[in-house]
Amino acid sequence: MVIFSLFVSIVFAALTRDDPREQIVFGARLLGGFIGAGILIGWLLYPLPL
Amino acid sequence: MRAAAADRTQTPSLTYLLCAVAWFVPGAGHLWLGRRQKGIVFLVALTLMFAFGLWLEGRLFPFDLTQPLVALSAFADLGVGGPYFVARLMGVGRGDVVAITYEYGNTFIIAAGLLNMLVVLDVFDIAKGRK
Repeated sequence: MVIFSLFVSIVFAALTRDDPREQIVFGARLLGGFIGAGILIGWLLYPLPL
Repeated sequence: MRAAAADRTQTPSLTYLLCAVAWFVPGAGHLWLGRRQKGIVFLVALTLMFAFGLWLEGRLFPFDLTQPLVALSAFADLGVGGPYFVARLMGVGRGDVVAITYEYGNTFIIAAGLLNMLVVLDVFDIAKGRK
């Protein structure tokens, strides 16, 4: 999930921002958001039976 | 950073040629338009993502119109362009459905194709002078 998020963040950051510094900041925020959301949703689903 | 080619509007035929090139080789459209940094990022990231998906035993789905979701996945797979045909020619991407990483591999391959479609749209916008 982290590797997938990394690839998607890199591509989205390069697509939506022109300045390299902005790309790094936006990419890092996106990556953090993806990983945070993944962990949050994982815990929310934890009590549900399979 | 931006070259002059990217800052002027391209002719319609050249725009479609750029889109075709951008589809076939991820990042090539940006490289052609002088946006070297973005082009290299797309070339490396999307190709690696696709290769990673194959390594994780992902499948290159067939165009089976009787199964709409399989056909949509096939269309998404094709979005990555050249690497798709290279993988087909090499005989990889058969997918091992019992492998624990099978679904992860499919996700990587499909996402790489869809992201490359977004990259092609970005090239179209740049060529039209919208970006």
